[in-house]
Amino acid sequence: MILKAKNKLGIIFFPAFDWAISPNHPEREERLLYTMDQLTEEGIQDIEGIKFYNPKMAIAKDIERVHFCIPDVSHRVSQSHLISAGGAITAGEIVMNKEVQKSFAIVRPPGHHAQKVVWGDRGFCIINIEAIMAEHLRQKFGHKKIAIVDTDCHHGDGTQNIFWNDPDTLYISLHQDGRTLYPGTGFIDELGGPGAYGYNINIPLPPKTGDEGYLYVIDNLVLPILNEYQPDLIINSAGQDNHYSDPLTNMNISALGYAQLSEKLNADIAVLEGGYSIEGALPYVNLGLVLAMAGLDYSQVKEPDYSPEKLKQSPKITDYIKRLCEIIYQNWKNRNELSYKKFNHQEKITRKRQVYYDTDSINENQTEEIYVCNHCSGIRVIQSQTDHGFPIMAITIPKKACKLCRSHAYEIYQQNRFNFKHIYLQDCTHDLFLSKQ
Amino acid sequence: MLIGLDVGGTQTDAVILEQQKIVKSVKVPTNNTDIERSTLNVISKLLEDISASDVENINISTTLATNSIIENKMAPVGMFIETGPGISPNFLKCGAYNFFIKGCIDHRGTITSCLSHQELMKKINLLKNQEIEAIGVVTKFSTRNPAHELKIKEILEKENFKNISMGHEISGKLNFPRRVFSTYLNSAIYQTMEQFITSLENILRKKGFTNKIQMLKADGGTLHLNQAKTLPINTILSGPAASVMGCWYFFPEKEDAILLDIGGTTTDISFLANGVPLFEPQGITIQKYPTLIPAIYTVPIGLGGDSSISVGQDKKIKIGPERKGNAMALGGPSPTPTDAFIYLGLLKIGDVNLAESAMAQIGRQLDTDVRGASETIYQLFGKIIKNHSIKILDEINEHPVYTIYELLHGKKLIPKKIVAIGGPAQACAPILEDIFNIPCYVPEYFSVANAIGAALSKETMEINLFADTQKKRLIVPELNKIEKINSSYGLDQAEKEAVNLIQSYAIKLGIKPELIETDIVESNEFNMVRGFSTVGKNIRVKAQLKPGLLYKNRENR
Repeated sequence: MILKAKNKLGIIFFPAFDWAISPNHPEREERLLYTMDQLTEEGIQDIEGIKFYNPKMAIAKDIERVHFCIPDVSHRVSQSHLISAGGAITAGEIVMNKEVQKSFAIVRPPGHHAQKVVWGDRGFCIINIEAIMAEHLRQKFGHKKIAIVDTDCHHGDGTQNIFWNDPDTLYISLHQDGRTLYPGTGFIDELGGPGAYGYNINIPLPPKTGDEGYLYVIDNLVLPILNEYQPDLIINSAGQDNHYSDPLTNMNISALGYAQLSEKLNADIAVLEGGYSIEGALPYVNLGLVLAMAGLDYSQVKEPDYSPEKLKQSPKITDYIKRLCEIIYQNWKNRNELSYKKFNHQEKITRKRQVYYDTDSINENQTEEIYVCNHCSGIRVIQSQTDHGFPIMAITIPKKACKLCRSHAYEIYQQNRFNFKHIYLQDCTHDLFLSKQ
Repeated sequence: MLIGLDVGGTQTDAVILEQQKIVKSVKVPTNNTDIERSTLNVISKLLEDISASDVENINISTTLATNSIIENKMAPVGMFIETGPGISPNFLKCGAYNFFIKGCIDHRGTITSCLSHQELMKKINLLKNQEIEAIGVVTKFSTRNPAHELKIKEILEKENFKNISMGHEISGKLNFPRRVFSTYLNSAIYQTMEQFITSLENILRKKGFTNKIQMLKADGGTLHLNQAKTLPINTILSGPAASVMGCWYFFPEKEDAILLDIGGTTTDISFLANGVPLFEPQGITIQKYPTLIPAIYTVPIGLGGDSSISVGQDKKIKIGPERKGNAMALGGPSPTPTDAFIYLGLLKIGDVNLAESAMAQIGRQLDTDVRGASETIYQLFGKIIKNHSIKILDEINEHPVYTIYELLHGKKLIPKKIVAIGGPAQACAPILEDIFNIPCYVPEYFSVANAIGAALSKETMEINLFADTQKKRLIVPELNKIEKINSSYGLDQAEKEAVNLIQSYAIKLGIKPELIETDIVESNEFNMVRGFSTVGKNIRVKAQLKPGLLYKNRENR
C-alpha cells in the first residue's frame, strides 16, 4: 500500500506562488502549479524514503563567493533569488549530510545564465544557483571535484563563464545549437580558460533531436567523460525545455526520455532550470525525474499526447550527433596537448566580450584577462562597463592559488583602487571578498 | 441535554450534560467481541429513563468502523481504477478485484483518453459471476473532473449494483493513492456500518430520538447518520478526536498548546494552534492504508503508566513500549512508572508497599535507593514525552510552504501550555511543568474528557472548490457540483460561493443557523497565460464548516 523508494530522495519543492518577473512572463506564479498538482495527486509525499524540505535562504556571503553583483548583492538580488539559491544549497547539504542519497530542488527562478559579473537579469536568471550551491558545499564540506551536467535546452553560458578557468569543476552542457537559440553560445571550441582548458564541454545538438540522440550523447560521451574525470559530486542542471511541447525551443525529448537520462546520469543533486511548457511537459517531466532519482518505475509516465512515432529522430540527425560526439570526445582526450599549444609562452589571455541582459535590456562590455601560471590556474581580472553604467574591475583569486598569483592580485587591487567606480576582489583561497566603492 | 458516548478499545464512556454540568457519567468495559451489540446496549441503557424531548443531541464515537478494518472484517470489493499516466499502479491493488481501466483525465480535468464501455462491461460481468457487491470507483484527477467516475457508476447502477463508492465524493483533495484506499475502505465497511446504523435508528426511533443522533469523525466533528451510512469511512479513528475535543473544552484560550492523553500503554500527543486543534496535513492512516479522511493530528507514543521498565547492563533505563500488565502496586507482574508515581505519593491508588518493592527492584539495578530510583523513573517519563513532543513539533514547523510570504512569515507552533488527561495525568503534571518549563493543566473531569468531547462536538465539513475560467467550469467534488461559469468569474465570487454552498448544505442537514460557522481555509487564484496573453483564471478555494464545540467553556480559570 505504500511505495518505497530505492534511493532516499530529498525534494525541495518551492513554486514561489507569490512571485513573477512580470504578470505574463514565462517565469510567473503559474509555472509550477500543474507540477504541484501532478506530484500531489500521485501521492509523492507518501512514498517511503522521499522527504520534502523547505528551502533555506542563501546569504550575501554565499553569493559573493561566486558573483560580482554590481554594485552589491542587496541591489541585485531579491528574496525570491535568495530562496531559490537557498533551495539549491539545501539540496546539496542534505546529500552531503547523508540525510538522503539524492536530492532534487524544484525551485524557481533558475540561474544558469547568470555569469560571474551580474549587472541584472539575463535569461530569467540573476544568480547562478548551482554555482552558489557548489561553492557553498566546498566551503562547508571540504574541497571537491564537481561535475555539472546541464540538460537545459539553452546553453548554460552563466555556468560556463563562472567555471571557465576552474579545472575542479567539469561543466558539460547539452543544448540546442546556439545558431538556432538563445543565448547563441555554447560551441564546441569554447573549451575553457588557460587554467582549465578542456574542462568546459559544450554539446550543441541540432533542433529536432529526440530521446534517441539525447541518450546516445549521454551513453557515448557524457558517461565516459564523467567516468574518466571521477568527480566527487555530480550536479544536474535539470532544465526541462528540451521537451517536444516547449514553446521556446525546438527539441523533441519526452518525459520518458528525461527520466531515462536522469537514471543514466545518476546525479547526486538535480536542480530545476528552465522549462516553460508548464501544462504539457513539466508535470510529467518532473514526475519522471522524481521517480528516476528515487529508483522507482517511471515507465508509465507518459504525456497524454505522447507518440514515439511522431517524435522519431531523422537518421540525418543521428549521424550528425555521432560525428559530433566523436569530435568532442577527441577534444577531451587531447585537452592537455591542446592547452599547451594554445597557451604556452603566453603571459595572459585577453578576451573582449559583450554580454546582453535580455530580461533587463542591459548591454555590458567586458575585457577579461586570465594570467597564465604554471603553478595554479591563474588569476582572472574582469573590467566591465554597461551602456548606462560605470566601469568596474573584478579580480578573482582561484581556490588553490599560488603565492605569487595571490600577491599579484592584491597588487592589482591596490593599484586600481582609484581608477574604477567599484573594484572587487574575490579571494577564493581564503574565502574573502573585498570591495571598494 | 447533550449526550456523548465514546466506545473505546477497552472502556466505553458516556456522559449526559445539562447546562454544561455533568448530570450522569457511565464507564463500562467494552465488549470487543461484539462492538455493535456493546454500543447499542450502552445507548439503550443510557436512554432508559430519559425523555426524548429533553435531549438536544446525541453524539456517538465508536470503534466499529475502525475495528472492522483492523480485524479485516470487510466485504470483498471490486475496484475500478483509472490511473492514466504516472506511477506504476500495482501498489494500489487493495480490493478483491482491481481493474486498471482505460481512460485518462489530466491535472486540469481535461479528458485525454476515453473510457471503454466494452472493457467495463467485461469487468462488470466478472464481478457479477463472483457475486461481488461492494464497488469502488476512482479515477486520477476525479476531483478536477468526476465525469468518468460518474459514468462508471451510472453503468454499474444499470447493472443493479447498489454499494458503489466514488472517489470524488469522499474527498475533494488531490492524492490519488489515498483516494483509492479511502474509497476501497468505504465500500468494504459499507455493509457493516449500514447494518449498525439501521439498528441504531430503530432503537432511537422507538424512543423518539430520530434526527438527534450523530456519529463522531476523526476530525472531532460529527456526521449525520444519513451521511454516515453513505460515507462510513468518515467514522474511523474518532476516539482520539473525542479526547482532544474534551481537552479543548477545558482549555478555551487562544494559544498554542500541547495536549497529552496519558494512558496505560500509550500517550497520545496532539496540539492546539491558536486554540484550535491541529489537523493531519493529508488524512489519517489506518492499518496500512493512508487515507484522505480529515483527522486531528495525534501521534501515539509507546509510553504509559503501565509501560514495563527494564534496566540494561549499562544501567540504561527503558520504559515501554511494552506493557506486561498492571503496575505492581495493583497486582501486576513487573515495575511500571505508576509504581514510581505511587511511591512518590503522586498517585493515591494501589498498595504503597508493593510500589516500594517495585522501585526497590529498579533501585538495586541502578545502585540507588528506592527514592532515587522512583525519581529517576519519574524524570525519565517526563523527558521521553518531551523528546517526542519536540521532534513532532519540529516536523510540524517544517511543513512545506509554497509562497515566499509563508516561508518568511509563516506561523510557527510554539506551545505555551500543556493540557494533560488520562489516569497518570495528575501525577505527571509537576514533572511536565518542570521539564517543558511551561504550565501544565489537568482538567477536573479528565477521566471522561473523551465523552464530554463527543457530547460537545458539532458538524464539520470541508469542500474544495475548483474553478477554471478558460474551461468556464466550476467543480465542488464533495457536493457533486459541476456548474458553468462565465469567464469573468473571480476569486471573490468563488469564496462567496464556497461559503454559501456550505451554509445551505448545513441548513439542509438541519444544523441550527447559529451553529453554522464557516471559514475559508485556503484561497488561491492563478492567471493562466498561454503565449503572451491571459486566457483565464485557475481558482482554488477550500472552505469549511469550522470545527468547534457546541458550547464554549464558561468556567473562569
